[in-house]
This record gives sequence, C-alpha cells and structure tokens, in this order.
Amino acid sequence: MLQLKPDRLGIDDFVDQPVVVCGKAFRADMSGALYWPAERALIVADLHLEKGSAFAGRGQMLPPYDTRDTLDRLARVIDRYRAETVIALGDSFHDAEGPSRMHADDLQRLRLMQDHCEWIWITGNHDPAATGHLGGHVRDEITVEGLRLCHEPGPARTTHEIAGHLHPAAKVVLNGLTLRRPCFVGNSLRLILPAFGSYTGGLNVMDEAFGSMFASERMAVWLLGQEGLYPVATRLLRPD
Amino acid sequence: MTGARQRRRRSTAAASGPAGDPLPEPFATWFRTRGWTPRAHQLALIEASSARRSTLLIAPTGAGKTLAGFLPSLVRLSGPRREKRGAGLKVLYISPLKALATDVARNLTAPITEMGLKIRTETRTGDTSLARRQRQRVKPPDILLTTPEQVALLLSHGDAHHLFADLDTVILDELHALAASKRGDLLALDLARLGNFAREPVMTIGLSATVARPSELRAYLVAQTEPEHVRLMSDVIDAGTGAKPDVTILEAREPLPWSGHSARYAMAEIYAALKRHRLAIVFVNTRMQAELVFQELWRINDDGLAIGLHHGSLEAGRRRKVEAAMASGALRAVVATSTLDLGIDWGDVDLVIHVGAPKGASRFTQRIGRANHRLDEPSRALLVPSNRFEVLECRAALEAANEGAQDAVLSRTGALDVLAQHVLGMACAGPVHPDALFDEVRRAAPYSDLDRRTFDRVVDFVATGGYALKSYDRFAKLRPGDDGMLRIAHPRIAQQYRLNVGTIVDSPVIRVRLLGSRRAMRSAGKPGTLAGGRVLGEIDEYFIEQLRPGDTFVFAGEVVRFEGLRETEAFVSRTSATDPMIPSYGGGKFPLSTHLAFRVRRMLADRSGWDALPALVAEWLSLQAERSELPGVDDVLVETFPRDRRHYLVAYPFEGRLAHQTLGMLLTRRLERIGARPLGFVANDYGLSLWCDADLSQMIADRAFDLGSLFSVDMLGDDLDAWLAQSSMMKRTFRIAAVIAGLIERRHPGREKSGRQVTMSTDLVYDVLRRHDPGHILLEAAWRDAATGLLDVARLGEFLSRIEGRVRHVALPRVSPLSVPILLEIGREMVAHSAREHVLRDAAEALIREATG
Repeated sequence: MLQLKPDRLGIDDFVDQPVVVCGKAFRADMSGALYWPAERALIVADLHLEKGSAFAGRGQMLPPYDTRDTLDRLARVIDRYRAETVIALGDSFHDAEGPSRMHADDLQRLRLMQDHCEWIWITGNHDPAATGHLGGHVRDEITVEGLRLCHEPGPARTTHEIAGHLHPAAKVVLNGLTLRRPCFVGNSLRLILPAFGSYTGGLNVMDEAFGSMFASERMAVWLLGQEGLYPVATRLLRPD
Repeated sequence: MTGARQRRRRSTAAASGPAGDPLPEPFATWFRTRGWTPRAHQLALIEASSARRSTLLIAPTGAGKTLAGFLPSLVRLSGPRREKRGAGLKVLYISPLKALATDVARNLTAPITEMGLKIRTETRTGDTSLARRQRQRVKPPDILLTTPEQVALLLSHGDAHHLFADLDTVILDELHALAASKRGDLLALDLARLGNFAREPVMTIGLSATVARPSELRAYLVAQTEPEHVRLMSDVIDAGTGAKPDVTILEAREPLPWSGHSARYAMAEIYAALKRHRLAIVFVNTRMQAELVFQELWRINDDGLAIGLHHGSLEAGRRRKVEAAMASGALRAVVATSTLDLGIDWGDVDLVIHVGAPKGASRFTQRIGRANHRLDEPSRALLVPSNRFEVLECRAALEAANEGAQDAVLSRTGALDVLAQHVLGMACAGPVHPDALFDEVRRAAPYSDLDRRTFDRVVDFVATGGYALKSYDRFAKLRPGDDGMLRIAHPRIAQQYRLNVGTIVDSPVIRVRLLGSRRAMRSAGKPGTLAGGRVLGEIDEYFIEQLRPGDTFVFAGEVVRFEGLRETEAFVSRTSATDPMIPSYGGGKFPLSTHLAFRVRRMLADRSGWDALPALVAEWLSLQAERSELPGVDDVLVETFPRDRRHYLVAYPFEGRLAHQTLGMLLTRRLERIGARPLGFVANDYGLSLWCDADLSQMIADRAFDLGSLFSVDMLGDDLDAWLAQSSMMKRTFRIAAVIAGLIERRHPGREKSGRQVTMSTDLVYDVLRRHDPGHILLEAAWRDAATGLLDVARLGEFLSRIEGRVRHVALPRVSPLSVPILLEIGREMVAHSAREHVLRDAAEALIREATG
C-alpha cells in the first residue's frame, strides 16, 4: 500500500505521505489530518474540543487554549490543501456540553472555517448530539465513493473504512532513543486516523485493540514527527 | 566520669536553671550513671531554651546532636506543666527521612524510661496507620516525630489551630539536607503557619552538619517579620569540628583506568580493607555503581563476608532488613548510595570506603562522618578514585576535608509551585485572607523577597489556573467572600489536595518482580501469563524500555533475565548469565561542586604539587603539558584536533556534567549556524567534547569564527530559549512543577494513571501553554527550576562570564592526553541531544530505500 516517492528525499518530502485505501489515493498530513484530493475533502478524527474546560470543571485547571490550538492547526491544514469539505470523524467535542463552553473567539474561528468549507460532523461516543447547533451536517456515518467514513472502526477484516476513535500511537526504539508519537495505522483496505486534538493522548498500536483489527495482515504505520510524517517499519514498533 | 558541672547539681527536677547550673535532676544523675559528661553545646542549647531563643546547632556527626536537640524539651516537659490550651502537643520533631524519625524515636525511649519521665512520644509518617493518625489529631503525644509532608497534611485540617496551640518547640533535624530544596520551601511555609497557631512564641532548633554559610540556615529558623529591612537570624551554637578524619586515597597495584566508574581495578584492595575492619560502608555515587561494586565484591568474596546492598531502588522491606542487620552487627560491609547519607546511626561502622570521587566537599565530610560515631576519635575513610580525573578530585576532596572547608550553597528563593500547593493547603484548613496569608508567607525565609504581584498571580493560579484567558472563573477552586476571605469551592478540593501533598515527584518507575523458576518457564514468551512474584524493587522506566525479553541485567544484587512487562511491572527470573547489562539510573548523579572544581583546576595548574600524585597520573599530566597545554585556574582550555575523519573540539570548564550538557547543546546550535556541521557531543564532570564534519582548526585559523564569541555569554539568551522550547529536560522540569503546583494530579497506588500517561499529557499541556500563554506563572516556575536544576544554567552563566576574553585555544595534530577520558564517554553516555527527529527520518528513509530497493 506504500506509494513511494523519488529517491531524493528533502525536508519537504516528509510534510505528507501518499496513502492508498481500496485503490483511492490520499495524502496523510504530518498534522494528523488526511486529505482526499479527488473529493477535495479533509478528514480529521477526535478533535476533543473543550477537553481543557471539561477538566477544569473537575478541578484540574488545564490551560484553556486547547480548542483554539486545535482549530488553528485545523485552519492551517485546510489552507495548505485548499480543502472544500471538512469531515470530522466523531468525538469532535470532549463531552456533550462542550459546545456551550466554547469561548466566543473560538466559535468565531469555527464559523469562519465553516463559511469556506462544507462541514460534516460524524457523531462519536463522546459527543453523540453535541454538534447539532454548530452549523454543518451531522451524520452517524457517511459513505463516499464506496468508502465508509465513521467514528468507531469495525471488527477484524472490515474493509473500505476510514475511522478514528482509537487514538493510535506508536512507540519505536532507535539507537537507544525511545519515541512515542501519534500515528496513522492501516492496511491497504482500511485506515485509522490519529487523534487531531491538542490534548489527546494515544493508545499503542501494539495493544490488543489493534491486533484484533489487523489480525494477521500486515499493518502500516506513519508516525507524526515535529517536522514531518514518517513511515516506520513494523519491526521497530514496541509495546508500552 | 564526673564533670565539674555535675557536682553542683540540684536536688529537684525543675526547668533549666541559671547559667552554670543548667542540668537539673534527674538528668544530671542519668548522665553520670552512663559515664557521660554533658557537652558544652548540649548545655548551651538548654540555656538558649530557657531564654526561648531559636538556635542553630552545628555539630559534626557523632557529637550527640540529636540528644542535644531534645534535651531542652525533655527538661521542660519534666518540670511543672502549664495549663493546656489546645490539644497538648508540645514538641514537633521533623526529619527529612521516615527512617530517621523512627530511629530517633527509638533512641529517645532510653532516656525517657531510664529517667522515669512522664513524656509521651509518637511517630507519624506515611506508614502510620490511619486510625492512629486520626487519633493523633485529637489526642496528640507530648512529642511528635514526623516528616515535612505530614506537617503539611496536619496543617490542612480545620482543627490545626487547636492541635498546635500548645506547641513550644520545633526541632528540625539534618536541616542542611532539607533547607535548600523544594521540601525545605514547603517546610518553611509550614513553620510560618505554626508560628501563627501557637499561643506562645515557638522556639525552633535546627540541627545541622557543618555548612559553609550558616547564616542561610539561621535565617530559615526564625520568622522574617521585617523582610523589607533586615534579615533576622537565630542564635548559633557551633560544637566545633571533631577530630580530623583519617583519610587515605587508595593506591592499587593495577593501573588506574582512563575512564569509567566501576573501580574494578581496585576490588582486591577494597576487599582486603573490608577484611581488616568490623563494619564498613562502601559509598558509591549511583545505584548503577552500587550494583556493580556489589557484584564485583561477591565475585572475590572467598571468605564469605556478609556484604549487603542498600540503594534507593530497592524495595523498602529489603532495605529495612539490611539496616537491621547493620545495627545488630550481622553484616561486615554494606554497599550504599546516598540513601545512607543522612544521620541514621546504623551501628558500629569503623571504616568508610568511598568509591569514585565524592563530587562535593560537604557530602564527603558527611559520608566519612559515618565511621566512628564518636566525636573524639577520628573517622577512618578510604577514597578510591575510579579513573584518572577522579584522582585529582579525590585529592581536592581530601584537602578540603583536612581544612574543614565546605561547599557554599547558593541562597535560595522559594519555589512558586510549592507556594501554590501551600496556598491551597491553607485554604483547605479554613477561610484565608490573601493579605494575612501574604504576610505569613513572607515570614518564611525563602519567600521573604516575594512581591505581592507574584503572590497574587500564584493565588490566581490556584483559584482558576491563572491564565491570560479568563474562562475558568465559573470553575474556580477558591472563591472570595464578601469578607474578602478565600474559601474552597467544594470539600472535594480538600480531598484532592491531601492526596497530592508533598514535593517529591518520582519519574516513572517500573516495579520489578522476581518469578520463581517454574513460573518463568511457564510464562516464557507469553506476557499474558506474567503474574505474582516477589518484589525486588523499582527501576527507571527508560531502562526497561530498551530491553527485549531474554536480555539479562543486574538488579538488587542478582543477575536476572527480563521476561516481560505487564502494565507497570517488569517480570524477571534468576539466571546465571555471565555478561549482564548494568542498568544506568537517571537519578543519583551529583555534579561536581564549584568549590571542588576550583581546587582541581588549581591542582592542574600547579606543577609543583604533581609529585604528590600517583606516578601514572603525574605522567599523564606531564604528557598533556608536552603535547598540548594545561587548563588554567581562571581560563578555559579549548583543544581542536582531527581524528578518524572527524574534527573534535574539547573544552575543559570543570563545571559539572549538567552545566556541560547545556553548554554542549548550545555550542552545537552555534556551530551548526556557522556551518561547522556538528554531529554530536558528550559531557562529563570535567569537560565536554563535540565532533564536527568541518575542520575546526582550519576554520579558526581562517577566522571563519571566533572562539571568544562562540563561548560568549549571550548564548544564554535566544539560543537557550529556542533550545529549551523543545528540550525534554525542560518538559520534565515542567511536569514536576505541574504536579507540585496541583495542575496535574499525582499518581496514587491502586487508582493511578500510569506514569506514561502523565508524561504524555503534561508534554501536550506544556506545548499548548508555551504557544498561547508564554508568560504563565507555571512556565516561569519551571524555567527558574531548570536554571538551577537539571540545566544548571546558573552555573553555566557564572562560568561564561568568568572566562570572557579568557578562552585559550590550541590546535593539535591529534588527540590530547587529557581529552582521552572524555572521548571514552562516547558511546557510554547517551548523547543528550534533540536528534529524535533525525532518528525518525533515518528510520523512514531506511524503510523507503528498503521498499524501493
């Protein structure tokens, strides 16, 4: 499933990586977003907006900037690809009350993006009905060109699917250095996106949750770095 | 022995009498029957007590310091009691170690029972049962022995003012070890509060080993009531130094190694020394060395001497066993790290062996004080340098010990994360007025310079997070009332606070369990079946991360095989593998003190003193003088030379490993900018070495860059900021500050998030906060910590100013003798730089090439 670049590798060559799912070509971006050139659509998963304020409500005053940080990063990647449609694959808010806690400035940020793009909220387990009054369409899942775009990935051997929910992350140990980063994980028939939100943690792709999904098939992993997106050989992956 | 003072003893027990007759009955008789004469400093402290003057007692180990600290209180408590106004707690003894509090409590029982005194003493630590802790708050003993964290907990309850109303004395043991730390900051704040609760002025007694600047500790002991005008200080009693220690530096038959820290070459001599003594402590600097030395000694232990192991990663039960065996005389030697540093009296130690250089003059004095716990006999100590540089450092430590010189501790400004924790704690106890709290906080010496604006920012942080974006007001933890008092918004907040109290934040550790051989067989290759097994201790997460099942390593004195990891536990089995890995531990490495570094530089510069050095070392230095130059006292020597198609730059600042690592990072950035294409660097306590693609000697000759400006102090500005932004050390420092300040909840046994999850989330929080609120108080707190802690920016700054215009460069055709030990660190030390991104790219390119083949 790995489409390869010419052998000269410069710095910009790692900003995004080509990914193919069921014959459809995508570009996986270092930000964690997935761009679908044929549809001019940008797909992101698990924004978890207003996670900071959800924690603050329980007494942990995390910095209240996660929503604008996430939205700013989203705006940049929309600009980069000149996307015309944005599809958020669920858990766009950390909890159902998230939208009501949004700062006016952040709402404005979101509206501005929605003015320029068709917006589709796929519902997730954290935000079943949260996104209703925010503009854009709300759907449980959608199918585009035969590919199902949804929140929770289906069981083993599911194909034709792009999902989120699991917050995949991978750990590699190289030259004595340990790195643990969010990642895209998939095979040529399905793909799971990393969580895009600024406060989202990750679940190791070596966890059973992924093992059952990719059963014996080979799994491909792209690690999100600070300066690029890096395909990593599965033999380098480590459990936590 | 009957001293002159005992002859004029009084016949009735009473509070201490006038000067010259200070030891009342039954104390005088008790001393006499034991054959003891009260020491001058013990009597002086009783006098100070009758005048209720807070006092710092400075005495070397073995001077009866602890008894001296308690005598005034015992005398007071044996006299007529005043009417109770509160719960009746009179004396609070606070020690930095649980074990020390327990030990002192045991030692107190002897005088109390032998004199038939009606004084109740109890300990209170994290190990004390919940029922007992509950009861202690209502019915406290006369004397409570405890730790700083327990004091903070007691003060967070609404009944604290009742509990401490009768308090008249606070005894702070090992104050030198406590004061200059975050724990010390918290304790200082708690002392200020205790002073407010007690109905009568509280006398504080600080017990300390010899320190370079007693004034810091004297100020710590008293309330700073006029912080604007004057620094108030306690009285001080100096018991004088004990007999001069008898220290020798070991000269082994085997040649001294160039580098390394194992001192393997000297094991035969160390073992011979153990055989000649009753009980020896073998001190080492790191847990890794402890494991290694322990293995080596047992390898040659033909006489089967009982040799034990004691370090901070071992399970507490195992440590207690070793301690008990020491006290009962069942052991002949113990290999130990700083867990044995503090003043616990473990038994009749008659020799201290120090493997490796002691890194600081004060630590060395403290450690050799462990031998012969009697003031009038000299301590016997043997110093074993583990490499050539350490010979110089050992000499410097020896000189310092003979002169009684100590390392100066920089005066400390109280940490802001600790203040945040304290503010919340005080609000948990009851409504507080910010004005009153500000005044109280400034009475604590570390916070006497605190300005009101910073204080208000800290209060704001506690209440709503203190962000520039005010969006959490409706979630505020502290709410002001109409009376201006701050109250916690919900009782749950007090519960959260009590679970998170304290300033000790451990880096993620993994518990190590030993599987029985049968279980190990069964679970081979199946991590799912790993369970049970005896706990050996804890090990740093990052070491375990590098292991694959089947790898062998040394732990807790045994060679074990790694079987697998399950959640936060690593499972191992016994093995007889011959070439195990030695875990290196993140903690426990102390950088070389400034004071010893100066002595080492002086020694290098003064050729006339080289005769006293071992021949091998003198030859090495002569060779350096011949081929290159020697570092001077006030300048910095920089060598450049080619080797193996690379070009090296070696500098010898002697400022300690932490400062050198920071310097290495900053120099790398600058060299990158001027096109020297740096590839990596290593640092040790004495110097650092960078290697580049470009010919540095040539570049300097061509004036492509100037060494003076390469080392200019302005690198601490933008370069440092830019690097820090992504530095993992900065993130770690931030995490610690975030936990102490209460932004992130601490881990708790049973219901904890794993350390990794905490690490992940604080890193994310750090990134977001830095981007959107760079002036936030927690970033400021973390930055202050990094400057004095892991990055040692403070020391680096002093160094860079000192050498301004004094960079001495020598271009060499080949490696210099002095640089060899530093170059040998390459490969042994993990190169601490931000190469992670490159590593990823390399991996990706490798994969892409593999696939395109």
